[in-house]
Amino acid sequence: MMQSLQEMIEGIKAGEEKHIARAISLIENDRDKGFALLKELYGSAEISYLVGITGPPGSGKSTLTDKIVLHWRKQGLKVAIIAIDPTSQFSGGALLGDRIRMDNVAADKGVFIRSMGTRGTLGGLNPAIYDTVLLLSYAGYDYILIETVGVGQNEVDIVDLADTTLVVTVPEAGDDIQTFKAGLMEVGDIFVLNKSDRPSVIKMELTLEQMVRLTHKEGEKWTIPIVKTTATENKGIAELVEKINDHKEYLQNDGQLKENRHEVMRRQLINLMEERVLAKIIKPIENSEHFSEKLKAIRDLSEDPYTAAEELLKNRLPE
Amino acid sequence: MAKEKIKVLIAKPGLDGHDRGAKVIARGLIEAGMEVVYTGLRNTPEDIVRAAIQEDVDVIGMSILSGAHNHLFKSVMELLKKENFEDVLVIAGGIIPEEDHEYLTELGIDGIFTPGTPIQKIVDFIEERAK
Repeated sequence: MMQSLQEMIEGIKAGEEKHIARAISLIENDRDKGFALLKELYGSAEISYLVGITGPPGSGKSTLTDKIVLHWRKQGLKVAIIAIDPTSQFSGGALLGDRIRMDNVAADKGVFIRSMGTRGTLGGLNPAIYDTVLLLSYAGYDYILIETVGVGQNEVDIVDLADTTLVVTVPEAGDDIQTFKAGLMEVGDIFVLNKSDRPSVIKMELTLEQMVRLTHKEGEKWTIPIVKTTATENKGIAELVEKINDHKEYLQNDGQLKENRHEVMRRQLINLMEERVLAKIIKPIENSEHFSEKLKAIRDLSEDPYTAAEELLKNRLPE
Repeated sequence: MAKEKIKVLIAKPGLDGHDRGAKVIARGLIEAGMEVVYTGLRNTPEDIVRAAIQEDVDVIGMSILSGAHNHLFKSVMELLKKENFEDVLVIAGGIIPEEDHEYLTELGIDGIFTPGTPIQKIVDFIEERAK
């Protein structure tokens, strides 16, 4: 069943969905095989422009995604969407439900949609997500759009990968603005005020404007624009796409794009090393008798966890 | 590495608008640790097969209550064959009369689960047969 690596690589470069899809599964589930593939493909194309879209549940991210992608498609661009939903910490399962609202583009041959769970390793970013971005770049998509619910650090990390990040909010979010401020607002390059046909939109717009003014640092060339949209009616989408282009241009002219991507690379390299250390060093220890003994000793208060951690890693790490 | 995660597509082909059952199944599978892609109401067979390929799922679960199951499942199975995407477990649920089961099994549907089936039975079936 498993195609040969070479066949798969050719399929990916030719943009064949089945090969692309299977390659993403390898990247997610069978890391070593995924790495073998990415090693061959690395550098074969530039990384596509990456747009992140995040915001609270129900703010209209998937509908916006659908409409933005439609707009790009009219310009003849090929687009891939990575729709990320949280993985349950308890069962490990996930409900991936973003396709429901993307029915305008789902049937379009120039659009590839893939849903992924956050999964999360070491409580950090699932490194498979960035690997998937690379893969989709090699498959020839002009734009890659990552959509995720902005609820936790994991999600903020995901959109932080993006070149341009859209933070979506709605008029009713009013009082939630406090919680909104801390993590999410900091990653936004463009604020999208969706469902702007609702009456409380003026108040929310003022609040956002105030926030932009307060957080704008002197000398910064980019001022976060606030774009009002009503995604279900396709209102404000053209303006939003224009702002994305403006931001892209700003990043390119300013040398920022290179710098940001360099930073993403740096983090990914650290992620990959952490992943290896976890798999090759920590996991085997966790499964060992020694680990169980130490754990029991800690529970019985005959040993402390600090000494135990040092001893478990003895001879595995330089002193 | 931990046990490979099973990915399931839950879809509603055709025109009936009742997806309570599909959602209950989806919930149960998630609680069993699976990743479930739910595509909502009124999917065409083409939508379903394309989603299954893009998502590279291990299982396709379809629910129909309208009575159009023979026709719609046939289209899905033919498309899967045409796309050469047959190494996928296909299960069906909804109102499917006993007398149609044989025909559907011949089409290549691997399991049929009608109302009243305990979710655990479906979970066990998938865990045993998927991959």
